[in-house]
Amino acid sequence: MNFLKKILKGDKLTIARVISDVENESNAKILEKIFPYTGKAYHIGITGPPGAGKSTLVNVIAKRLLEKNNKIGIIAVDPTSPFSGGALLGDRIRMTDLALNKNVFIRSMASRGSLGGLARKTIDAALVLDAAGMDYILIETIGVGQVELDIAEVCDTTVVILVPESGDSVQAMKAGLLEIADIIVVNKGDRDGVDRLLMELKFAFELREQKAGWDFPVLKTTATTEAGIDTLVFEIQNHQEYLNKSGRLEKERKAKLMRRINELVGDKIKLHLREKIIQKEELERIIDKVYERKLNPYNIADKIAKKMIKTRN
Amino acid sequence: MKKDIWDKKLKTCKERDHDFTTVSGRVTKTLYTPDSIRDFDYDRDLGYPGEFPYVRGVYTNMYRGRLWTMRQFSGFGTPKDTNKRYKYLLNHGQTGLSVAFDFPTLYGRDSDDSLARGEVGKCGVAIDTLRDMEILFHGIPLDQISTSMTINPPAAMLLAMYIVVGEKQGVPMKFLTGTIQNDMLKEYQAQKTWIYPPEPSMRIITDIMAYCTEHVPRWNTISISGYHIREAGSTALQELAFTLKNGFTYVEYGIKAGLSVDKFSPRLSFFFNSHLDFFEEIAKYRAARRIWARLMQDKYNAQSPRSYLMRFHTQTAGCTLTAQQPQNNIMRTAFQALAAVLGGTQSLHTNSMDETYALPTENAVKIALRTQQLIAYETGVANTIDPIGGSYYVEALTNELEQGVYKYFAAIDKMGGVVKAIDKGFFQREISRSAYQYQKSLEKKEKYHVGVNIFEEEGKAEMELLRIPKQVERDQVKALKGIKRERNNKKVKEALRGLHKAAADGSNLMPKILDCVRAYATLGEMCASLKEEFGEYHEPIIF
Amino acid sequence: MDRKIRVLVGKPGLDGHDRGAKVVAAALRDAGMEVIYTGLHQTCESIVEAAIQEDVHIIGLSILSGAHMTIFPKVLSLLEKKQAKAIIVIGGGIIPREDMKKLEKKGVKKLFGPGTPTTEIVHWIRENVGARSGKTRPRKSKKTRSAKKR
Repeated sequence: MNFLKKILKGDKLTIARVISDVENESNAKILEKIFPYTGKAYHIGITGPPGAGKSTLVNVIAKRLLEKNNKIGIIAVDPTSPFSGGALLGDRIRMTDLALNKNVFIRSMASRGSLGGLARKTIDAALVLDAAGMDYILIETIGVGQVELDIAEVCDTTVVILVPESGDSVQAMKAGLLEIADIIVVNKGDRDGVDRLLMELKFAFELREQKAGWDFPVLKTTATTEAGIDTLVFEIQNHQEYLNKSGRLEKERKAKLMRRINELVGDKIKLHLREKIIQKEELERIIDKVYERKLNPYNIADKIAKKMIKTRN
Repeated sequence: MKKDIWDKKLKTCKERDHDFTTVSGRVTKTLYTPDSIRDFDYDRDLGYPGEFPYVRGVYTNMYRGRLWTMRQFSGFGTPKDTNKRYKYLLNHGQTGLSVAFDFPTLYGRDSDDSLARGEVGKCGVAIDTLRDMEILFHGIPLDQISTSMTINPPAAMLLAMYIVVGEKQGVPMKFLTGTIQNDMLKEYQAQKTWIYPPEPSMRIITDIMAYCTEHVPRWNTISISGYHIREAGSTALQELAFTLKNGFTYVEYGIKAGLSVDKFSPRLSFFFNSHLDFFEEIAKYRAARRIWARLMQDKYNAQSPRSYLMRFHTQTAGCTLTAQQPQNNIMRTAFQALAAVLGGTQSLHTNSMDETYALPTENAVKIALRTQQLIAYETGVANTIDPIGGSYYVEALTNELEQGVYKYFAAIDKMGGVVKAIDKGFFQREISRSAYQYQKSLEKKEKYHVGVNIFEEEGKAEMELLRIPKQVERDQVKALKGIKRERNNKKVKEALRGLHKAAADGSNLMPKILDCVRAYATLGEMCASLKEEFGEYHEPIIF
Repeated sequence: MDRKIRVLVGKPGLDGHDRGAKVVAAALRDAGMEVIYTGLHQTCESIVEAAIQEDVHIIGLSILSGAHMTIFPKVLSLLEKKQAKAIIVIGGGIIPREDMKKLEKKGVKKLFGPGTPTTEIVHWIRENVGARSGKTRPRKSKKTRSAKKR
């Protein structure tokens, strides 16, 4: 169990390798061993459209949290190229201030195409950082689709970042970003159109505020000059305190764990189906007939399901 | 119709298996005829040399009056090493100097800075204080030569040092001639040598323009450079469009700062690359002159013909040199130099054959210089002005490039101008995409590079190379420490405080920088004091 | 599931010539690798730290400033100090052949000169990372190896 001790001690080499294993799903038992030591880190999701300045903002948020003697883990997720399966991960460029800080661990992750899997792998990587004693884990994703919503959903506080470019708020609403936001930030606050966007967003939140009992802050920042960052960090910690005091943190985390168990059960069943029940060779054998419309997929699915239930019994 | 006959015959001819596009991927036709330039109007589109729109050259009798300046960019090791090389080049017929600084100097850092480790004197000469500049120009009378300095974020400091060296030689600054590159926009786009963010950089540049207009009137205050954009991988069109757009942006900032357009714009000069594609390059220079003249007149309402003149320096393309069969680089450079001359350049640097390995040796530099002399004195191309003018192909290509430039201008304007487009990563993305595309076309053998992907040879060339000994760094650091001990440190602090104050209150920085230089403040100290006020630039994430 | 090849492409020192680094980074991505790009003006320390945290197989450094004889040895010694010698160091740039030989003796696994096709770099990485994960880093021996390092 040496590796576990090393993780608990915060050994970066070991943390890095275990995250790779989690990412590659090459060692299923690792998470079981780590799990008892997790649950302490506070997860902050940072999401928004490309070019919103997420990495720069993560960099300055982390710097502020470090000033208060926190340990920070950062996971920056970028898309994998659908054509080659490769990825260019450049978020560290924005975080050079943190590169050598011993209380910071930064990991870039590629989405690797597997839609449902990405959210899970990111969460699992965060577990490793949690066990390694991080006080805060910042997860940066590009807010463009369902995957990001899934990741944001597991974070305790989700910060959505927009910029005052035309139509940004509309795009954000379409992508469902506003529904997952606990805090909204309009970054690049020195540009034209900021005030209009701020107004729109405040208006959009009025309805939600009444229901939630949390006063959704809509903030303006300029990450490059660090204007507005103190307020942002204050609001993040304010949200943390609100969740703690209202008992919602525990409630939500329990709900998340339940969903997680269900998800894992689902995964296991699917895997079992793939490996044990649905014989690839058999399918290949009959697929011609399906193609020629001599057999139909509905009937085949029915048969396989019945067979599985029979084996179980 | 003769053309119909030819067309018909042509259809029966088989073409060899070859990609007939230019190196930038521009489609070329089999033949160009008067039809290719049907709307061509000689007076409107070409004019006479030294006359609007200056396509045939900026001077009335061009090289019949005076050849281009042969200006080899050079610098390495300590100021003493470089001083020796300058004297060697001047003795061999070079007519102007061009200073290459090392990386720490280019970034405004002193030789004892931690990021300078291993880089002192490697890619150019190390300059920390006025003392180094005194050594660099020792025995070279500044009233008899013109000097070009490739320096950007700390351009004001190096110019100030040059001015003070002049003072000490008894040459008043109003007689100094030369150029500082001082083109920050292309740094953010391509060469990536920066200290401060774009806006304060633009302020420093306008301060220099204002100061020189009044006090150093023969100095070229900005050398608007396409060279580095091309080296970073752009196409010919991108080089042309981005460089010109940067040029007009400086004009706009000058006007905004309250300067009269006809006072400062005659001191703007340009710097282009000369790449592999012979005619495309020639057309590029001709289009550049025409666009500059037209827009300076129509858009910026310049009245003085001197504001319409685009004068430029050219350097052959370093990125086209190959490590394989390095002697081939001599020929490559010769063709590129010829294109620059046929394109009407005002000065020229020819690369040396060994530069894919190290800085050039004396011998390699001499061959490069001789290449220019050969073009000037043997080939006869300088006997008549613009001998290529009127070529159907080149005129058509010139028109095409001009139209392409206007399209890029419209796109950049739509983004809110050059600074905003830099912020969005527009140029950076355009350039790196072109670079990647070109690399792929080489690997697919759509484009050829002799010795690299065609006519390759086994075995590796051995060459004599210039070595910069490790001792250089130690010597330079030691000299710097000596200066810091000897100088009046109280005076240095005062001068630096004055500089910081000027940075904060918006007054012209140049007089304060001159104070610092005279007190032997180091380059790093001056830049740090401005950094406090202006902040530092960080690159956007662009692939 | 196959372990993805992860490469850190770094630009150490003050040299701003990033054309080559970016072309190589894009080519490696297009060959299906995950490329961490550090940006310009990195110190050796920050490059090594990033390589460790990102758990890359390979560090590729692009140096056109003439500082190669200072930077490569420093990166190698930092990796050794941090017990991360398993990370392969390669590079490219304006480097005289004589220096290439010296650096390869010091432990830089491969240096690519100007004009190298990106396919050659991709091929080299695939060959050598394959060898590494096969021999020195099999998945199951992770724990034993970690234990040895204590």
